[in-house]
Amino acid sequence: MNPVTRIQSRTVVMANTDIDTDQIIPARYLTTTTREGLGKHLFNDWRYRADGSLNDDFILNKPDSAGCQVLVAGRNFGCGSSREHAPWALIDFGIAAVISSEIADIFRSNALKNGLLPIVVDENTLNWLLDHPYAEVVIDVADSTLTLADGTTVNYPIDRFARYCLLEGIDQLGYLQKRQNEIRQFEENRSWTP
Amino acid sequence: MSAIHPRTLYEKVWSEHLVVDETADAPAVLYIDLHLIHEVTTPQAFSLLDQRGLPVRRPDLTLATMDHSTPTTPVRTLKDLQIVGADAAAQVVKMQDNCRQFGIKLLDFDSDQRGIVHVIGPELGATQPGKTIVCGDSHTSTHGAFGALAFGIGTTEVAHVLATQCLLQRKARTLLIEITGDLQKGVTAKDVILATIGQIGVNGGTGHVIEYRGEAISSMDMDARMTICNMSIEAGARAGLIAPDDTTINYLRDRPRAPKNSQWDAAVTRWRKLCSDDGARFDKVVTVNGTALEPMVTFGTNPGMVVPINEPIPRDGDAGFKKAIEYMQITPGKPLSDARVDVVFIGSCTNSRISDLQQAASILEGRKVAEGVRALVVPGSQQIKREAESMGLDRIFEQAGAEWRESGCSMCLGMNGDTVPTGKLSVSTSNRNFEGRQGKGSRTILASPLTAAASAIEGRVADPRPYL
Repeated sequence: MNPVTRIQSRTVVMANTDIDTDQIIPARYLTTTTREGLGKHLFNDWRYRADGSLNDDFILNKPDSAGCQVLVAGRNFGCGSSREHAPWALIDFGIAAVISSEIADIFRSNALKNGLLPIVVDENTLNWLLDHPYAEVVIDVADSTLTLADGTTVNYPIDRFARYCLLEGIDQLGYLQKRQNEIRQFEENRSWTP
Repeated sequence: MSAIHPRTLYEKVWSEHLVVDETADAPAVLYIDLHLIHEVTTPQAFSLLDQRGLPVRRPDLTLATMDHSTPTTPVRTLKDLQIVGADAAAQVVKMQDNCRQFGIKLLDFDSDQRGIVHVIGPELGATQPGKTIVCGDSHTSTHGAFGALAFGIGTTEVAHVLATQCLLQRKARTLLIEITGDLQKGVTAKDVILATIGQIGVNGGTGHVIEYRGEAISSMDMDARMTICNMSIEAGARAGLIAPDDTTINYLRDRPRAPKNSQWDAAVTRWRKLCSDDGARFDKVVTVNGTALEPMVTFGTNPGMVVPINEPIPRDGDAGFKKAIEYMQITPGKPLSDARVDVVFIGSCTNSRISDLQQAASILEGRKVAEGVRALVVPGSQQIKREAESMGLDRIFEQAGAEWRESGCSMCLGMNGDTVPTGKLSVSTSNRNFEGRQGKGSRTILASPLTAAASAIEGRVADPRPYL
């Protein structure tokens, strides 16, 4: 994983609450065996019309949305399925951070493991962001701050370990493998075996 | 010695699996006792192991099956089995190759033990109280019905467990949901969990592990408890738990993977201690009045948008409500009972077990599915299929005009070719009514097997109670 330290970008806004992972990428596109190339199916059923043409009314298809790396979404983003294809599709499309007032547990965990920043902010900050589409924001990982276009800076919560992994580009599997001795000891010492 | 601090069931299972405890700087290393895998969320995890030259640490604690892409069309021989789509077929082959390469037992198409991963784990007795269980599937919460700490993980975490049998985890907060009183006739576990999600919201359990208790839960059989825990994730909670009791222990006795002889006795002694201590503190407590519940149906595009079957859906709501109403093509302020039903699906890891099928059959027996309705009954496993057939349920379904299928996830998420056509309305015993979940443009109403069966007969969303 490449280190993630700072993101500066305009935001693209999807105000809907409870955007589930079936919307982020429908189940019929989960038949791949690699992580790459899922961006073309990101929000597939909202992005494309029945005949396969682009739905011009959908926010990600608007010319102003091109190049926006930060997605601002209504409360409870990423609920539903555990499919890691959801963050893979967002990253492949070019999204580097998602901001909401609540982000579902499994999506958040999956996002962090792929260097996609899940940023949870208070309702006031979210409302400001929802009201100011395409505003420029700066996300600093080391300081855990989000700076809005009006100069306001807010702190966002992030697990210290997750932040460390992001900043250093640390791969968590490598970290777990270094615990082999403890894992072996646990297996040897437990009072019952599964 | 200080007094023993009263602990919740979650804390007990959690602390018993700590390889390394969490600190402010690092999450805990949590040991996993059972890793269930299926074809859709594992290929990229195995690739990661391949790239690094890593073996699977504990193939003996890993159980594999095929369920998501599995065709459910009845076939004479396995050679006739046709997987829909070249990509899905390639993924299935990849699963077979990976399991062979890494030495994992795969309950493949030719296995009489195959089925939906969350149905076969309990059925084989692999799911047991006090275990930690994970799977690359959010409905892993199902196994919590046995007092196991079970939750869904992403594919990167699947690789972590394959390689180390461990996960990096932060301890969750706890939410106690008490379902008081006895349920009325015609009200089932599905109605209880839908009503609960309606009460606490689809994000009501986020960051929490739920423990369910109360009279209504104690008197439920294991199939019903699994329905409850299955949908914990629809309230945002990764895991739901029910403390094991006689019902749990009687269910597990003599299952193929359950402990045997003296090991069984030792296990039962251990399982009996798995409950929240008196005075154990939960971060949040919610009470649901079970006695007052009625059959529930969803009207919107998430499981929290739910009403008792004869009540009108709300007149107005926020932007999400308006969007959902528009998608579902229903009228605010009116009950759903006038909505014409095109498809009825009885199946999924929520409601495809033998008692679910018996309930549906009790209504369909001697009756006919309404003209123009396609009714599909998909058992959760091949074992349930055989059991149902030995009871004659297959004939009841077929004589009523419903399709009787092979086991699999099927129309719950439409990956295997079983889909609801665009614009059509489905009454489904599955777990998600998200836009397009059952097929692009499909509209889904979630309900119990009883309500689904009654709706199949009437061709509209129907109250099952007059049929009981």
